[in-house]
Amino acid sequence: MSLDLDQALQTYIAEARELLQDMEDSLLRLESDPNDADTIGAIFRAAHTIKGSAGLFGLDPIVSFTHIVEDVLDRVRDGDVVIEPNLIAVLLESGDHMLHLVNVVAAQGEKLDADAIKREGGLRIRLQAYQDNSSEVSHAIQVEAEIPLQSSGGGLVETDNWHISLRFGQNVMRDGMDPLSFLRYLSTLGEIVSITTMFDALPIADEMDAESCYLGFEIDFKSEADKATIAGVFEFAREGSLIHILPPHSKLTEYVELIRSLPESETRLGEILVTTGALTQQELEAGLSEQQTSARPDGSTTPLGEILVEQRSVEHEVVQAALDKQTQSKDSKSKENRYIRVQADKLDELINMVGELVIAGAGVSLLAQRVSDNPLQEAASVMSGLVEEIRDGALRLRMVPIGETFNRFQRVVRDVGRELGKDIELVITGADTELDKTVVEKIGDPLMHLVRNAMDHGIESAAIRQATGKSVKGTLRLNAYHDSGSIVIEIVDDGGGLNRDRILQKARDRGLIAPNVTPPDQEIYNMIFEAGFSTAEAITNLSGRGVGMDVVKRNITALRGTVSLDSAVGQGTTVSIRLPLTLAIIDGFLVGVGKSSYIVPLDMVHECIELTENDRQAASERSYLNLRGEVLPFVMLRDHFEVEGSGARRANVVVVSCAGQKAGLVVDELMGEFQTVIKPLGKIFSTLRGISGSTILGSGEVALILDVPSLVQQAVNRESQHVSTRQVIH
Amino acid sequence: MPISATNKNGQSLLHIDGDMTIYTAADMKSELMTHMAQPCEREIDLSEVSEMDSAGLQILILAKREAEKHGTSLRLTGHSRAVLDVLDMCNLASYFGDPVVLSCNENKGQ
Repeated sequence: MSLDLDQALQTYIAEARELLQDMEDSLLRLESDPNDADTIGAIFRAAHTIKGSAGLFGLDPIVSFTHIVEDVLDRVRDGDVVIEPNLIAVLLESGDHMLHLVNVVAAQGEKLDADAIKREGGLRIRLQAYQDNSSEVSHAIQVEAEIPLQSSGGGLVETDNWHISLRFGQNVMRDGMDPLSFLRYLSTLGEIVSITTMFDALPIADEMDAESCYLGFEIDFKSEADKATIAGVFEFAREGSLIHILPPHSKLTEYVELIRSLPESETRLGEILVTTGALTQQELEAGLSEQQTSARPDGSTTPLGEILVEQRSVEHEVVQAALDKQTQSKDSKSKENRYIRVQADKLDELINMVGELVIAGAGVSLLAQRVSDNPLQEAASVMSGLVEEIRDGALRLRMVPIGETFNRFQRVVRDVGRELGKDIELVITGADTELDKTVVEKIGDPLMHLVRNAMDHGIESAAIRQATGKSVKGTLRLNAYHDSGSIVIEIVDDGGGLNRDRILQKARDRGLIAPNVTPPDQEIYNMIFEAGFSTAEAITNLSGRGVGMDVVKRNITALRGTVSLDSAVGQGTTVSIRLPLTLAIIDGFLVGVGKSSYIVPLDMVHECIELTENDRQAASERSYLNLRGEVLPFVMLRDHFEVEGSGARRANVVVVSCAGQKAGLVVDELMGEFQTVIKPLGKIFSTLRGISGSTILGSGEVALILDVPSLVQQAVNRESQHVSTRQVIH
Repeated sequence: MPISATNKNGQSLLHIDGDMTIYTAADMKSELMTHMAQPCEREIDLSEVSEMDSAGLQILILAKREAEKHGTSLRLTGHSRAVLDVLDMCNLASYFGDPVVLSCNENKGQ
């Protein structure tokens, strides 16, 4: 396969995947609104496009299967087959199979394995039940871009009808076609609401050639058919003829454009459009009265087209009416058109380069400071400001809304709900919240786990819900929002909540909590993320919660994130995942201990205070400070990392906070803010606690990035152990 | 000849027999226009028109327009089923403005 075709194939694969995703979304939407013609049309077009493009690449397995799906969809569109749950289920499975076909046949260039072939056979039989066996009709003709149908904004006219303008070419009849027969065929696709025959082009008797066609028609047409089908009617007359097809609710400006493009005078056409109902009564009155008053000094009148455009008030009302009808899918379609497809690795490369630029920039700033040359320092500081902006801009390129990930769960919730026999509704909020694409890709699995868990074990069966006075329908909520440099994703269910006492008992049995200590509830709940809880025994005891929760936690920790859980008995459970916005570059706070430098993520730094002499002495006995009357556990970084040499004369405390807990990090030196390009640590350091990565300083030295959440946890734990052992002593 | 003309009280009565289609249009046009050139009131009987297409329709429109131009009147009478179908489809009955009568026979189909 030549390189060009190979690239085109990649594009096809990417598009097919998107189309299948759209198709799935639309099918799910159809479940709640089975008669939505727009959605049915969208599904049909998706299948049609996949089939058509697959044909171009000679991907016969895709063509042959998709053809059946398309056929069934065509019948749905024509109203011959009624949407019902079984059909949607079959179509959803067919969509899955098509995705499999795309992945195997198109992407890997391989043949289906036996399982898949068996599955396809089963689907074919089930689809056949919906197929029209009498004849195989396939007359859809793809026409030029259907953008007008999907564009948003601008004034839309109110009519539900298509408007078709036809001016037949002079040779139509000589070529053996009768314009009237097109009209007859058209009327089989819907209802011709009104028609005006245009014969302005008919010349005087002497010049008229009886075998030439001079006719035209302005037609208002009511039909569920899509544009391709309608345009297909006139396929054979297209050559030499003027054919304009305006879909229902086209923009007013498109009508004006139509008026302009036709040979007859604007006024005459405007009147025809109005009398046939293509334009509304309001538009008629406003347009015509304006036309009379705005007669120009030279006697001519303002062209109706201009008036209609100027008529802002009408447009506004029309927009209001039409906006309601704009469906989500249309919006997302028009948004899509603004995107450029860029290969992900190009973007990664760009971000890597920006990372290097940041490091190089830091080097320049450092040198400028050393030579204490003021103009040079100034230039360096301007440059680092710009670098910072470039960094933010480049990172933002990789930000994607989490909505796409969330929407995938519609299907999961539907399928799992059905499997479990529970009626569960998925509510999505904060879908616009953006986060790094690499994070999005990796969060899918943990989320899936949590969602399944919540559905399986969190939300009770309908009978129990009814008994406890809850609505029978369970609600699962996915929410996302930004919070101080991280994104928080919440999975909320309105189920029975966790059994606190059971978990506490379990934790004590396993020696995770000392027998005489009772930690706060939150801490108890979070015990289920401990590895010890993901055992079979725990599943039965804890009504199943805890299955693989340690895996979830490990995945999220790998993304430098944290996960916590809150629960209220009888009211439900909330799992919060907190993730850094990006995995590449962060704002850091540089601190020094001895000769080493460390980075604390700036977002987590709360304040910096000096470690007083009193505190320093007290620190040898207790591991907490008095921060304005608050107990602040702390970690001596010098001790923690066993840095050589004695302590500096003065020490500082960096107060960091993470997930609502505060701790102090005692360091020798505060060195200020630093743009930190995160470099991963090698595998051999993966078990190292308290370090999450490394970076390169302007001087070329390596600085370690502190894993603040784990340090805070460590400090807090040690502090509570300290307290508890003392309690035991007393 | 598909068009036969008779004169009745100074009014010209044209009778069209057969198809008004692309195949007959050229002849039909020249013949009809010769008749139209005479300045008198005119009636065209369409009861024997067996088939009509766009070309035929154009001829009728042309005749109507010529008549208007010369200030004479043109009435169409006895529309056959084929003619009515076309005028209906194109929404042109009001343009010609003639009373349209359906006889029982025609209604039952030819």
